Amino acid sequence: MSEKRCSQEDDCSSLLSRLGSDSPRPRMKFGGMFCNVEGAFENKTLNFESFSPQMQRHRATRTQTHSQDGGEAARGQTVVFPSGHARETYGKREGDRLIIKGGKIVNDDQSFYADVYVEDGIIKQIGENLIVPAGVKTVDAYGQLVIPGGIDANTNLHASQKGLHPADDFYQGTRAALSGGTTTIMDHVLVEPGTSLLSAFDQWKEAAEQRACCDFSFHLDITRWHEGLFEELEILIKDKGVNSFLFFMAYKDKYQSSDSQLYEAFGVLRDLGAIAQVHAENGDIIDEEQKKLLFLGISGPEGHVLSHPEEVETEAVYRAITIAKQANCPLYVTKVMSKPAADIIAKARKKGIVVYGEPITACLATDGSHYWSKDWATAAAFVMSPPLNPDPATPQYLNSLLACGDLQVTSSAHASFSTAQKAVGKDDFTLIPEGTNGIEERMSVVWDRAVSTGKMDENEFVAVTSTNAAKLFNIYPRKGRIAVGCDADIVIWNPKETRTVSATTHKLTVEVNILEGLELRGIASMVISGGRVVLEDGELNVTEGSGRFIPRKAFPDTIYRRIKARSKMAEARGVPRGSYDGPVHDVISMTKSVPPTPTTRGAPCPKIQPGPRNLHQSGFTLAGAQIDDHIPRRSAQRIVAPPGGRSNITSLS
Amino acid sequence: MSETGNEENSIPLLTNERLLIKGGRVVNDDQSFYADVYIEDGLIKQVGDNLVVPEGVKVIEANGRMVIPGGIDVNTCLMKPFLGMQPVDDFLQGTRAALAGGTTMIIDHVTPQPGESLLEAFEHWQEAADKKACCDYSLHVDIPQWNENIKDELELLVQDKGINSFQVYMAYKDVYQMTDSQLYEAFTFLKQLGAVVLVHAENGDLIAQEQRKILGMGITGPEGHPLSRPEEVEAEAVFRAITLGNRVNCPVYITKVMSKSAADTITQARRKGSVVFGEPITASLASDGSHYWSKNWAKAAAYVTSPPLSPDPTTPDHLHTLLACGDLQVVGSSHCAYSTSQKAIGKDDFTLIPEGINGVEERMGFVWDKAVAMGKMDENQFVAVTSTNAAKIFNLYPRKGRIAVDSDADIVIWDPDSVKTITAKLQQSGAEYNIFEGVECRGGPALVLSQGQVVYAEGKLHAQQGTGRFIQRKPFPDYAYQRVKFRNQVKNKQGVTRGVYDGPVYDVAPTPKYITPAPSAKTSPTSHQPPPIRNLHQSNFSLSGAQIDDNVPRRSGHRIVAPPGGRSNITSLG
Repeated sequence: MSEKRCSQEDDCSSLLSRLGSDSPRPRMKFGGMFCNVEGAFENKTLNFESFSPQMQRHRATRTQTHSQDGGEAARGQTVVFPSGHARETYGKREGDRLIIKGGKIVNDDQSFYADVYVEDGIIKQIGENLIVPAGVKTVDAYGQLVIPGGIDANTNLHASQKGLHPADDFYQGTRAALSGGTTTIMDHVLVEPGTSLLSAFDQWKEAAEQRACCDFSFHLDITRWHEGLFEELEILIKDKGVNSFLFFMAYKDKYQSSDSQLYEAFGVLRDLGAIAQVHAENGDIIDEEQKKLLFLGISGPEGHVLSHPEEVETEAVYRAITIAKQANCPLYVTKVMSKPAADIIAKARKKGIVVYGEPITACLATDGSHYWSKDWATAAAFVMSPPLNPDPATPQYLNSLLACGDLQVTSSAHASFSTAQKAVGKDDFTLIPEGTNGIEERMSVVWDRAVSTGKMDENEFVAVTSTNAAKLFNIYPRKGRIAVGCDADIVIWNPKETRTVSATTHKLTVEVNILEGLELRGIASMVISGGRVVLEDGELNVTEGSGRFIPRKAFPDTIYRRIKARSKMAEARGVPRGSYDGPVHDVISMTKSVPPTPTTRGAPCPKIQPGPRNLHQSGFTLAGAQIDDHIPRRSAQRIVAPPGGRSNITSLS
Repeated sequence: MSETGNEENSIPLLTNERLLIKGGRVVNDDQSFYADVYIEDGLIKQVGDNLVVPEGVKVIEANGRMVIPGGIDVNTCLMKPFLGMQPVDDFLQGTRAALAGGTTMIIDHVTPQPGESLLEAFEHWQEAADKKACCDYSLHVDIPQWNENIKDELELLVQDKGINSFQVYMAYKDVYQMTDSQLYEAFTFLKQLGAVVLVHAENGDLIAQEQRKILGMGITGPEGHPLSRPEEVEAEAVFRAITLGNRVNCPVYITKVMSKSAADTITQARRKGSVVFGEPITASLASDGSHYWSKNWAKAAAYVTSPPLSPDPTTPDHLHTLLACGDLQVVGSSHCAYSTSQKAIGKDDFTLIPEGINGVEERMGFVWDKAVAMGKMDENQFVAVTSTNAAKIFNLYPRKGRIAVDSDADIVIWDPDSVKTITAKLQQSGAEYNIFEGVECRGGPALVLSQGQVVYAEGKLHAQQGTGRFIQRKPFPDYAYQRVKFRNQVKNKQGVTRGVYDGPVYDVAPTPKYITPAPSAKTSPTSHQPPPIRNLHQSNFSLSGAQIDDNVPRRSGHRIVAPPGGRSNITSLG
């Protein structure tokens, strides 16, 4: 732990010395938006001038053990790491100095053969015949691919469900991620209704900073929208580095947002330059179906998939897209699990709507037939929302859409619960905590299912596992690219080797792996995270708490260029007319059209009697706010009193 | 069907009428053939050649023209109140206009206000129609709000009153709009009754927001109406309605299909096997939404209806194509005429303009002009979409919608060559503005028989007030429900029989983390929600009776489960 702290201090102070804030180092110095790799070829000698101030300050913060660098910045620390150097030293160094030789660098746009030199957790040089300090560790990557580390844009490593904390927290989760070749995760901060966004964010950040082994960033899940969130959103977006927010269209009475709320929220997010994400399922229908199924006596995990049919997902995707189109807000649909839902996204994109779709490991590798497994524990392990589709052709189809660019990002939606935790719902499928594993297998699944089958090329592979996510969430080119100045999150990918997924060998704590027994071609043979080798020869060597929070700026270009242009175009104009001077029908002020005391709107339980809450409201005031304050229904009534002298006419639209 | 024995004062008159239509070409939805038609007592008694008929029968020479079943207009609003006003076309004016256009039956919408009794509203409508209507009619009942109380009334309406179709709204937020849960319940219940669910499909939430935005931008004229109701909003709601219908396995009928994308959504759903019907209306088949931008306020306002006419000028063509190929089934008119001075209530705020357009009179003519005369559709399909399909969906077939022995003698002799120019001056409707003003229309009725009586001939109307009968409709129309019934049998879901899970069960801590503390001071001035406060309140004393937010299902939806582990306070997450 002392080592860890030391390295953290190192990190921290060097950060401070550069910027005076906790925002990331300006890494684009040497490249800019598309730092061209070609430049690196010419620049075979290190430009020490440009490095030296950093180096010096950097060193000042360190113990002066390796002090004789002064003028000889050229060789820097001439510490020679023996080939079998002791692992314990990892924590002390900010990162290895490494040269990766002979590999084929694969970015999302092109592949080429070049060596990569890494120092201080940053890629410093790319090219052939690089001049590097002596004694630098050499990694042999002949015949393998050198790809940017994967970005998993959807994990739930800290979000409790019904009071159950996930079995894999930030430590185990990120360990598993690294072993699969993923070097950045974006975790969902689930803000329980009534909690402040900021405090939830802080809680998550604290937990992750203590436990995470790889870089992380956050999405915020907003479970209850009201306009008062605006300030907090603004702080989060402008100061805290969060630019994506998830809304639920499911989980009725708990997290679900109405269409009005979504519209309002989307409008706010657009103005602030954030990305709206949705969990797209029609919660109302699901709720009714669940009731029906439980009534029919179906209480096992198969009830889950029966109550979440694909139409319900498709419908919500369609609706979310419509709302986003109206609000002119970019939309990111998390967890695209079925063919028709993916089709809807593809079609909407063809119409020019700014929408992105994210299939997950589970739906790319397996299908929903397991819900009917005779083994309860197996069946329950697959429970997640939207559920895996029983149609066995779904994985193929989603891989195809991924390959052609209709879907953009792969993630894992990792949320693992142990069998004992899942067993909370053994008599009622609605109580089974939802979530599947997949953080570890994600990259291999995409390689095996898409690349090695010929659907996708290696560049597209990098795009869907890493670069697209980096672009959408605005951490490109710091992440998601191998270029000079980028973070040294590098994976050496061996496309030939295979591995078999098994719960006995995976890095997670859960007992069941939903991909059990699957043989996957393509594995990460070496993983470098932040310049440190964390996976080598099958050995995982991670440091708890070494992950850094990656703040993300608002208005990602990839998304917002179009949105901005459209905002300018979309201004509707009225028709200038002479004023209407004909007769106007005199409306008798009748009370007929005043919507009378609302009769109960179809609550399932029959405790009706339209009733005198008004009485109640006038008689005394409830202390403070009320549980339904956030429902915009009540505040949204607009009373219009036009010249005719009516009273009490609510606008009928 | 013994409606002829009704105690209507006009019945004796009718029974004397014996007619023979000679030399016409009888066109039904399935075939056309040359035959004579003999009518007695308001019924078709014989169809064929060389009929043996009594002496002294009045003979009408059809001279080879088409003899078609009278049109059925399934969507009119002749009594729909808006802010206490009545449309200018009531049952008399409206049905006169219908007859002049070759429509011999209308199905009108009963539109009770929220909180009003459906039954009373129905009786009110029936009474008015019995007095005034000149042609047979039936009624749809609109459900303004869903609640448990309404169920008994619905059952009564279906079982005793002969209503088999009910409209629900996905638009008109805070007035008629239902949530998805309510729609699901309503669909489930109506399916049990064997009724057809009509859906007004527009996303009311989005519309409310857009209206606010557009008014905020200072747009108050009628162009704000289509701007606040873009066609995506319609297509989205159609998609959602179909999804709900599929889940419940209930036939869904989309009223007023106004845009291409909505129509396409229906088409695709039908390809996938959904039981869904779509109804374009006269206006969407013959006009487009460019008129909302007219400089003339009165003209622009006359087009205001919901969903609005699509500004895309290729929409009518597309809808006709879908009608011709059977993807859309029924043509309605959504006739609801308000005078210009009534429309002018909304002169400073488009959201107050009463919604409604004319079209009951022009309906058949435009389908002929734009579809049949253009070669898109044949005459049999013309009969199907203007009459037969509607009769089948709403269970009036074969009494209406077919020329066959024992069917009602609602017959039109159609003249495909007549040309007339539509103008408000010559129309039967009372509105001073006709949205089709100046459009030339080929094809029209030469002669119209309603209940065996000539009510329209050579451009003259002989309709008699109060002769229209209320036509009862039975539930479970075969056309809509046969497939649904079979699917019900097939679709039984079965659980998996497993051994009991006997592994460890996680012990959920009795103090769930997510019972959250008071929110930070950062929350809004308007809304703050520390949930626990209300609980206190609930335990201490009881409020008298129900509360205003009982309708919000949130509170009642909590299900407390106490499994063996001994938890408490776990609400189901759904």
